[in-house]
Amino acid sequence: MADEGKKAKKTIIPDRVHMAEQAAEERVSNFKEVPLGYTEDQAAEEAKRCLQCKKAACSTGCPVEINIPEFIKLVAEKNFQEAAKKIKSTNSLPAVCGRVCPQEIQCESKCIVGKKGDPVSIGGLERFVADWERDHGTVEAPPRPQARNKKVAVVGSGPAGLTVASDLAKLGYGVTLFEALHKTGGVLVYGIPEFRLPKAIVQAEVDFVESLGVEIKTNALIGKLYTIPELMESGYDAVFIGIGAGGPMFMNIPGEELNGVYSANEFLTRSNLMKAYLFPEYDTPIKKNKKVAVVGAGNVAMDSVRTAIRLGADEVYLVYRRSEKEMPARNEEIERAKEENAILKLLTNPVRLIGNDKGWVTGMECIKMELGEPDDSGRRRPVPIKGSEFIIEVDDVIMALGTNANPLLTQATPGLELNKWGYVVADEETCATSIKGVYAGGDIVTGSATVILAMGAGRKAAKAIDSYLSTSA
Amino acid sequence: MYKVLDKKKLASTVTLLKLDTPEIAKKVKPGQFVIIRLNEEGERLPLTVNDFDREKGTITIVFQEVGKTTKLLGKLEVNEQIADVVGPLGKHTEIEKFGKVICIGGGVGTAVIYPVTRALYQAGNEVVGIVGARNKDLLTFVDEMEAVTNQLIVTTDDGSQGRKGLVTEPLKEILDSGEKIDHIIAIGPAIMMKFVCKTTEPYKVKTIVSLNPIMLDATGMCGVCRVRVGGETKFGCVDGPEFDGHQVDFDSLINRLKQYVAEEKISMATIEG
Repeated sequence: MADEGKKAKKTIIPDRVHMAEQAAEERVSNFKEVPLGYTEDQAAEEAKRCLQCKKAACSTGCPVEINIPEFIKLVAEKNFQEAAKKIKSTNSLPAVCGRVCPQEIQCESKCIVGKKGDPVSIGGLERFVADWERDHGTVEAPPRPQARNKKVAVVGSGPAGLTVASDLAKLGYGVTLFEALHKTGGVLVYGIPEFRLPKAIVQAEVDFVESLGVEIKTNALIGKLYTIPELMESGYDAVFIGIGAGGPMFMNIPGEELNGVYSANEFLTRSNLMKAYLFPEYDTPIKKNKKVAVVGAGNVAMDSVRTAIRLGADEVYLVYRRSEKEMPARNEEIERAKEENAILKLLTNPVRLIGNDKGWVTGMECIKMELGEPDDSGRRRPVPIKGSEFIIEVDDVIMALGTNANPLLTQATPGLELNKWGYVVADEETCATSIKGVYAGGDIVTGSATVILAMGAGRKAAKAIDSYLSTSA
Repeated sequence: MYKVLDKKKLASTVTLLKLDTPEIAKKVKPGQFVIIRLNEEGERLPLTVNDFDREKGTITIVFQEVGKTTKLLGKLEVNEQIADVVGPLGKHTEIEKFGKVICIGGGVGTAVIYPVTRALYQAGNEVVGIVGARNKDLLTFVDEMEAVTNQLIVTTDDGSQGRKGLVTEPLKEILDSGEKIDHIIAIGPAIMMKFVCKTTEPYKVKTIVSLNPIMLDATGMCGVCRVRVGGETKFGCVDGPEFDGHQVDFDSLINRLKQYVAEEKISMATIEG
């Protein structure tokens, strides 16, 4: 490390290669991706900024332990095909991760180059490599290992499930991936908008997982069509639960039943999964309202704001009870929302929704807040300012307050230990639950988190399931 | 893909389809529903299951053509395919021996209350059926209901078959007769269920209704089917579709059902040309 540190001081590292993107005024009227990706030359140039640290701190910041310096070295040599293989040996979803991982708090936060100036754009390079391979049609499944005589059921085809399924398939297990919806990908298809994660890219990565030998069953709502005990009886030796934290939260304020009030889950599922932004070409409708208020300040709130803008709203308010500093969304997303003219109503909390005589929402009464003492989360607690109520005129309200555990599957699984919020209790290292042979990971264990943390849990669970099945008779 | 195995026109705008869904057929119980998506561009449409055959691996659905999806569904022929059928969804009807039971079906709701009625009849209840529709043409499952009830009353709004009037009228007469009624189930348009509940409430007879709110994923994820029941927010898809009708806020439900009326017209126009 000391050596590398010295080298870093001597070498003049050029600035990060800028990735072109759609200008704000252009992108607000389409659903195409915002960043446009690197060219081959740009990627190689950016890759050359990497110091090739022997003890790569960046890789320790990656929940799926990608060998970052090695793949970047291959990019610098323009050996993109090998770079793709290198990443895919530990990560089946690089085109997804390159786009939606919060690299700034993971791999890139540990990058030595980042101590002065911008860290190497590890996310940008990962994305480039995955896109290059897909665009060149050279994606190929690794050779199938010898089949093992054990079967695993993976419930939920989001990031956690896809990771468990591909890791176990690579080890030769027979894997069936059960998905309740008609499309595979979980939050990657119903939650994250096209302009942040094109659905064709998700499909290509799902296709790759399928090419590993994973059997995919859509339209299979586990808990109803089959229960977990039934899966075990029908011949599955282990089960992984990766069903996400699907339930929507509302504020429980008056007026939430009015027409024009949606959960972010509903709003985004309409637009993303059902492609309602293309209505009437697609049958599912979505309201294209003019004055939209989104309540909340996480990534889902930013996605909702930016979707509403693209659907043609004139004014989109982001209503948040704390200040900008406490907003949980990625900075990049907040900046993009601001560039797209989102109107931030900070230190503001809705107290009731007002409707007209036809039952449609027309206004949101809010109260101003100020920050008091820190609360349990360490953030300063917002306190209402008496008498500061005011009304925002709106015709659309989207509640992006986070999600809670969907009880449909867990309630149908006797003996599965849950915590007081209804999330599954699972071992942090092995993802083992209170039922032998049943593992769980991702949002249904942690509550709403990130794609990559769910994938990290999937990786751990796959290792634990492998060791369980290798030792059990 | 799920194949259409049989098709019957029950009325000019009411169709029955038998679908090849062996996994669902094994599990489904009276009162549960499925989600249907016709094709890649299709919407997710909830339809309560009319009947099922566990051995043959089929379920049947009955629907009235009211919008684009049901219109296209009505055009499907035997051996054609539906992209997606998901289920069984929702909670099933509680079937037990209550004593004397009234089962009320309105419009295509009769097709849905039929398996419930049959199950209650087979469980040893004394069953009175009341089925109603706007006119004779829209009455369905009358013979089937006749076979699984001790008494069946038919009503039409225009008097073209059975008694002229609404289902609530014979219902009230039975309740007024002083005979002890132990349990009531009503399935039909929201407005019918609302007035059935208004009718039975003073008599304090438990009245179960099967709600039909707008749904999207139907797995408890989106909350569009939320409905106020006993002052609490419930999800029609996972907490229902059946609820204690005396606790349901029908006015809010009826209002929420109107959310996409304008869009439904635009959608219809795309196939009417």
